[in-house]
Amino acid sequence: MITYGFLILLTPLLAFVIQIFIGKRLPRKGDWVSISAVVFTLCLSIAMLGMMLFLHDSGFKIDKSWEWFNLGHMQVHLGILIDNITIVMLVVVALVSSLVHIYSVGYMKGDPRYSRYFAYLSLFTFSMNGIVLSNNLFSIYMFWELVGLSSYLLIGFWFEKDTASDAAKKAFLVNRIGDMGMFIGIMLFFTATGSFVFSDVFSGVASGQISGTLLTVAGLCLFAGAVGKSAQFPLHVWLPDAMEGPTPVSALIHAATMVAAGVYLMVRLFPLFTPEALTIIAYVGGFTAIFAAIIAVTQNDIKKVLAYSTVSQLGYMILAVGSGAYIAGFFHLVTHAAFKAGLFLCSGSVIHAMHHAYHKLKDHETDPQDMRNMGGLKDKMKITYWTMVICTVAISGVPLMSGFLSKDAILAGTLSFALCNPVHFLLPLFGFGAALLTAFYMFRLIFMTFHGEPARQEVHNHVHESPLVMTAPLMTLATLSLFLFYTLPYFNPFSDHGWFTRLVVAVESSVPGSLSALEIAEGVDHAHTSAIILSLIVAGIGIFLAFAMYLKKRISAERMAVRLAIPYKLSFNKFFMDEIYSKYLVSPSLTLAKKIGYFDWDLYDKYFINGFGKVTRLISRIVGIKWDYDILDQLFVDGVGHGTRFFGRKLRLIQSGKLQSYLIWVLCGIIVIFVIQTM
Amino acid sequence: MDQLNTYLIIGAILFSLGLFGIITRRNAIAVLMGVELILNASNINFIAFSRFGGMNLSGHVFSLFVIIMAAAETAVALAIVINLYNNLGSVNVDDAASLKQ
Repeated sequence: MITYGFLILLTPLLAFVIQIFIGKRLPRKGDWVSISAVVFTLCLSIAMLGMMLFLHDSGFKIDKSWEWFNLGHMQVHLGILIDNITIVMLVVVALVSSLVHIYSVGYMKGDPRYSRYFAYLSLFTFSMNGIVLSNNLFSIYMFWELVGLSSYLLIGFWFEKDTASDAAKKAFLVNRIGDMGMFIGIMLFFTATGSFVFSDVFSGVASGQISGTLLTVAGLCLFAGAVGKSAQFPLHVWLPDAMEGPTPVSALIHAATMVAAGVYLMVRLFPLFTPEALTIIAYVGGFTAIFAAIIAVTQNDIKKVLAYSTVSQLGYMILAVGSGAYIAGFFHLVTHAAFKAGLFLCSGSVIHAMHHAYHKLKDHETDPQDMRNMGGLKDKMKITYWTMVICTVAISGVPLMSGFLSKDAILAGTLSFALCNPVHFLLPLFGFGAALLTAFYMFRLIFMTFHGEPARQEVHNHVHESPLVMTAPLMTLATLSLFLFYTLPYFNPFSDHGWFTRLVVAVESSVPGSLSALEIAEGVDHAHTSAIILSLIVAGIGIFLAFAMYLKKRISAERMAVRLAIPYKLSFNKFFMDEIYSKYLVSPSLTLAKKIGYFDWDLYDKYFINGFGKVTRLISRIVGIKWDYDILDQLFVDGVGHGTRFFGRKLRLIQSGKLQSYLIWVLCGIIVIFVIQTM
Repeated sequence: MDQLNTYLIIGAILFSLGLFGIITRRNAIAVLMGVELILNASNINFIAFSRFGGMNLSGHVFSLFVIIMAAAETAVALAIVINLYNNLGSVNVDDAASLKQ
């Protein structure tokens, strides 16, 4: 198993190295290198999944650490942790990644940086597998930053567009804020327990090495990392902008895997969170779910709708973690990965078709992503239409679909949490409200894109279905949205009992005094039936409203917008979050930067640094003239010459040329020697 | 012992006379004569040490060498003096000062 883990981790890295250095010179620009690497990891992951199903042991766990470095009493270990959650997550990552790789062959065809695109995808797969396989906070943080990097590179892949490079920067900076919190959290746990390894940290918390408010704060700091990566309110602003990247990237990174890393982290570290921290986490998640759903209702860009839908669904997962039903959150992560990746790839297929149609008509002005320019694509793109409908039904929480099971589990968890603590009645309201809106805006998307009259007939004539390399992943993902794959060996579409719930089970919280996993499970069971009924009702209302407003046009959407002007404007402008940030955060910091820049350049540089230079020049001038030239040069250096000349002139007179005078000097010398000797 | 001292004093007087001649005379021939005096002073010393100082026959042999060398030296010196006269028209040593500064 450990060998499998290493192979899964390192094969994409090898593919990345090959691609980035010699990708361009390989046949087909090397896309097969990345694809075969990721398919290889998929095979290994599925083999691991098979082993897990065969073993059928909910407590299965391999945890192996190696010492990385040792600084006296501080030892840092790196290691691999493989348990059922890891294996399921590995399969999700490898599967979505493989399908996206294959889809990209069609989508990115002819791109000038084709090989680099695949290199980045491999880098991302490597880093994501790293997060999943880590058994310690230290390496999880390293891989956390690496997925951030690959996300940055892929959002800004078409960096010639200003919007794309701006979006990449925004994503990176916003994530930075969350990561800072996460770093502090990791350090708090390390200081308290002296280890980065999960199991040591858990036992440290259980034995009370860190407790009370500090533990709550440390947990919330870790949660800040998840808020950034999983685009929770208030750091959600980067995700909709990240849609500037290629659509397959949006499907892989910004829908299925990377944004789910935050949820995965929460699931992994659930035993560390105190009840107070979990309450805050639940509110953040619940608020994000309803908030993003409200925005998604009025967006016209097909990818923006899906982006806000992703934010909303991630909010759901966080809400589940906060309510204690974190296995339900993880379940939703898995099912959501399949249908949301499917939705994104479908939207990519639509955009691809629209783009080609506009290209044929030499129209480069119209936005191929705007749903108002679509309509009636149903007959032209049959496979895309049907796969997208299946995924939409799944995300809306209709029975027979995977989304129904996971969403229902979350709603049941929330409901039971609120039943235990009636103070938190808002949480299930958030959940059910978001469920209603999800059904509404997803069907609105379907009706606006595929039904009704085409916006422009000549564009419609040029639209055609995408090639098989793109539709095959769509069909795979749509198939995986059926309930069957998650409930085997049972066939009850209303109950999530199956291999998943049996093998992936909650672990007890390490925090003393929190609810036990059993109590939570009992509560969820209790609330199960009412949750099913309620969620079916809200999903039905949402679908019916969308049907009435956008297909039958019984209720005019425009008139609704006028009547509900204020909520409509708020929603359409994304609650002015970007404007608020730019007014209250970005421009003040720019002003501050300008002030500091003024201090730095105009005061410090001009007066201090330049003054230093001026004083130095003055001193050197004085020293140069008075000391160096007048004293050293004139007196000493020239003095030696003058002295030599002077004595030379005097001593020259001895050389008279008279033989006898020389002899007298010799005689004098001898006499002197004699005198000295006799003394 | 007194006899050795007597000879050494005679040698010293002769040496001093020769030195005085070399220093004071301006004529090159006279200077040469001073040199001869100094050489003979050394001869007296050799003979005296040979007789009283245990130098034995070596002293005699050295004296004979000195006499031979003096003859050779006089021949060379006289040749120089003749050349001096040919070039300068005088044998005054003070005139031969063309190397002076």
